[in-house]
Amino acid sequence: MFNSYEKNTLHLDPARCINCGICQTVCPHAVFASGDKVAVLASPESCMECGACMKNCPVGAITVESGVGCAEAMIRAAITGSKNETCGCGGEGESICCGGTDECR
Amino acid sequence: MDTPQSSRYSCTPVSGAPPCTCTGEATIDREIRSTDSTITFANRLDHFLARWGVNRMGHRVEPGLCRLGNPTPESPVFASANYTLSFDALRSSLAGIDAFILVLDTKGINVWCAAGKGTFGTEELIHRIETTALASIVTHRRIIVPQLGAPGISWMEVLRRSGFRVEFGPVRAADLPEYMKTQTATPAMRTVQFPLRDRIVLIPVELVQVIPWAVVATLIVGFLLNWMIAGQLLTAVLAGTVLFPALLPYIPTKDFSTKGLLLGALVMFPFIWVNMAAGITSWMQAGYAITSLLVFPPITAFLALNFTGATTFTSRTGVRKEIFTYIRVMAGMLVTGTVLAAVLFVVRAGGV
Repeated sequence: MFNSYEKNTLHLDPARCINCGICQTVCPHAVFASGDKVAVLASPESCMECGACMKNCPVGAITVESGVGCAEAMIRAAITGSKNETCGCGGEGESICCGGTDECR
Repeated sequence: MDTPQSSRYSCTPVSGAPPCTCTGEATIDREIRSTDSTITFANRLDHFLARWGVNRMGHRVEPGLCRLGNPTPESPVFASANYTLSFDALRSSLAGIDAFILVLDTKGINVWCAAGKGTFGTEELIHRIETTALASIVTHRRIIVPQLGAPGISWMEVLRRSGFRVEFGPVRAADLPEYMKTQTATPAMRTVQFPLRDRIVLIPVELVQVIPWAVVATLIVGFLLNWMIAGQLLTAVLAGTVLFPALLPYIPTKDFSTKGLLLGALVMFPFIWVNMAAGITSWMQAGYAITSLLVFPPITAFLALNFTGATTFTSRTGVRKEIFTYIRVMAGMLVTGTVLAAVLFVVRAGGV
C-alpha cells in the first residue's frame, strides 16, 4: 500500500553471470550479493535503476531500463511532448534535480 | 552575470600558477595545472552560491589534468567532474596525497548526474586520457574513478580503447584516504545514504525555485480573498520545500505523494484550530476544515513528488507509477476543494 517502488526493471540472468563481483562494486544500494556460483539479488527493491551494473557487467548478464527517477523531468517531458526525461540540470533549463549528489565527488 | 573568476578559483589556488586556459579540443593539452587541498574563503563562497542556485551552471573548473602536491609518474590518477563542489570535495579529501586529478568536462554538473546523462562517460574519459597524453605522464595504467561515475563509464570500453584500468573508488571522496590505505572499499563506503545534512543542504535551491511564485500567489490571494488563506497557501508551499526534505524518512508511507499529502494536512491543523476559536457557526467551521484539507495538501504533495529528483534512491519506474497514480488525485482534491470553498463563500455572503 502506498509504495510505488516495490517493482522495477532490473533483471539478472544467472546463466550468463560469471560471479566477477563488479555489480556489487558499482551498485550504490547494495542490491547484489555474491552467491555460491553466481551473483544474487539480495535487495532488488532497493534498485534505483541507475544502470551502473548493466554498463559494467562484462558478460551482459544484467538488464535494466535505466533512467532518472525525477518527477519534475518526467512531468515536463509529458507536458512538452518531449522524449527527453533527463534532468534539466545539463543547461537546457534549470531544475532542482540532481542537487542531492553534490557531495558525491 | 557570468563570473568566470569566481568559478575558476578552484583550479588555480596556487599563487603564481598559470591561469586556466582552454586549448583546442583535438590537440594535445600539455599544460598540467597545479592545485592543492586548501579550501579558501572564495571556494566556500562559491559553494554557498552554488547551493543557493546562483549562476547555477557556472560553478566550473577547467577540464584537463591537474597536479595535486608533487606527483611522480607512479602517483595515482583520480577522475573528477568539472563542478567546483565535486572537484573541491576530491582535492580537499586528498590532503597530503600527491596525485594527478583528471577533470572531465561535465558542463559543471556533479559526477553522479553527469554519469546518468553520459557526460561523465566512457567517451569523455577516453578523450581526456588522450588529449592530456596521460600515458606519457604516468608509468602505471590505473585510474581511480568515483563509484557514482559507473552509470556513465564502462570499464571494459575504457580498458580496450585506452589501456587504462578503471578502478571504482568509494562513493564519498571523504573515504578516499582510508581507501588508499586499505585498497578496499567497505560496504558502507559503497553505499549511498541520504542523511539529514545532505537533505538540508538541498533546501535553499528548492526554495529559490518556488519562492518567487509563492510570494506572488500569496500576495494575490491575500489582497483578493483574505490573509488567512494566503497564510495557508504559503504554509503549504514551505511545508513542501523546507519541512519535507528535512522530515522525509520520518513521514509514514513510501510514496512521496502520500507523504506530502500527510504533511500538507498536518500543517493545516493550526489554521483549522485558530478558525474554530473565531466564533463562526459549527457547520461553517466544518466546511472550512474540509476545504482546507482538500485544497492545500495537494500543493505540498506536488512539491514533495518533485523532490524525487533530488533524492538518492528513487527509480524511474517508481516515480512514473507515482505520477500516474497521484497526479489526478491531487488535481481532483484541488478542484473539489476550490468548488466547495466557492459554494461556502456564496452561502455565507448570502447571509447565513
